[in-house]
Amino acid sequence: MLAKRIIPCLDIRNGQTVKGVKFLDIKEVGDPVELGALYAQQGADELVFLDITASHEKRKTFVELVKRIAQHINIPFTVGGGISELSDADALLSAGADKISINSSAVRNPQLISDMAQHFGSQFVVVAIDAKQLQGDEWTVTVNGGRIPTEKRLFSWAREAEERGAGEILFTSMDHDGVKQGFANEALAKLSDERGIPIIASGGAGAKEHFKDVFTKGKADAGLAASIFHFNEIPIPELKNFLKNEGISIR
Amino acid sequence: MKIVIIKYNAGNIQSVSFALERLGYQAEITADHDTIRKADKVIFPGVGEASTTMAYLKKEGLDQLIPSLTQPVLGICLGMQLMCSHSEEGNTPCLGIFDEKVKKFVAPVQDSERFKIPHMGWNQLINVKKPLFSQELENEFVYFVHSFYVATGPDTAAESHYIHPFSAALRKNNFFATQFHPEKSSKAGEQILKNFLSL
Repeated sequence: MLAKRIIPCLDIRNGQTVKGVKFLDIKEVGDPVELGALYAQQGADELVFLDITASHEKRKTFVELVKRIAQHINIPFTVGGGISELSDADALLSAGADKISINSSAVRNPQLISDMAQHFGSQFVVVAIDAKQLQGDEWTVTVNGGRIPTEKRLFSWAREAEERGAGEILFTSMDHDGVKQGFANEALAKLSDERGIPIIASGGAGAKEHFKDVFTKGKADAGLAASIFHFNEIPIPELKNFLKNEGISIR
Repeated sequence: MKIVIIKYNAGNIQSVSFALERLGYQAEITADHDTIRKADKVIFPGVGEASTTMAYLKKEGLDQLIPSLTQPVLGICLGMQLMCSHSEEGNTPCLGIFDEKVKKFVAPVQDSERFKIPHMGWNQLINVKKPLFSQELENEFVYFVHSFYVATGPDTAAESHYIHPFSAALRKNNFFATQFHPEKSSKAGEQILKNFLSL
């Protein structure tokens, strides 16, 4: 049976992980390669590396980093952050990335999704959507890390992304992100029912039960989280054991 | 041991090379016929679209070379599909090493569980066969990303189940192939690559 995926997300600035990491057994706490390898060893199913480097010239550092990740890590990984042209994606693919995620750049230029899918195949293209709930079923898509609301709405934008060739949707609820009270399960379930491509849920993980809920109530194909893993609040092996015991299909 | 990865217009060649490096092997990535023919092991990876890739292989004469190889050959993902007789993707005649047709997954309409396509993520190996698979790999999870599949048949070397059973791996004589990505399948994938390299 196809397993539900657990995906730690690492924010990278200038080639280093940003959030503090409380693992005692890694030598260099800031090194994304070492942290990624540790997660892989612990049973993470995939990894996401988001480049939040502000300056353009330092992005070369990120491509170099992606190559080191590909050399050292034996599970699939997605890279995102600041990808707005085919040439950005091409450099990351050549460096060994399995998938790229595009977010604000796709909202501003939806054709980018079509172009990426045509050039690299749908399996390479993850469309990340950051959205805020307005009322009921209405969610506004935001850009620039949730700071700027747009005219786009979650469910119609997700449909367009799929139609243009996205291989997966990574949906982050800005209302749930960082609150640690669980994922946006109602919206996730609707998204998963409506779409024919896998949905990665992000925003709100604070307890093991939240992952159970996101896979059952939220019908998500994968659950993504950052701080609970980085601060070892929920060790991955413990989370996966819990989910297995709850009858969820887990590797 | 001389390992060659066939170079063509596919996406994940580097990943396969890195995976071999992690196991302590250096592979040469090449399209040179002579080098490929003389290698001890040949890996035919692949991420891409069937018809454009077949057109490329023909242009390079690789469509004639690959089926004529006599050393152990390992096709991966699209590589495996191209080793079959025909693919529904672009209605493409393929290399014909395995007498199998490649079909598109169709999600059942009436089902409580919605099957997403592509089949993406970790799924279990069942009914694994030696020598590519050692017995401890039965029920192990490996990483798949594909929208087209090969049904189970006489050449099936391992099965998996998504919507219905399908071939996770094929084997005929010196030709081996996996639908999943051993280079991305953690410890299980490493074991499978080791098994292939020790043939």
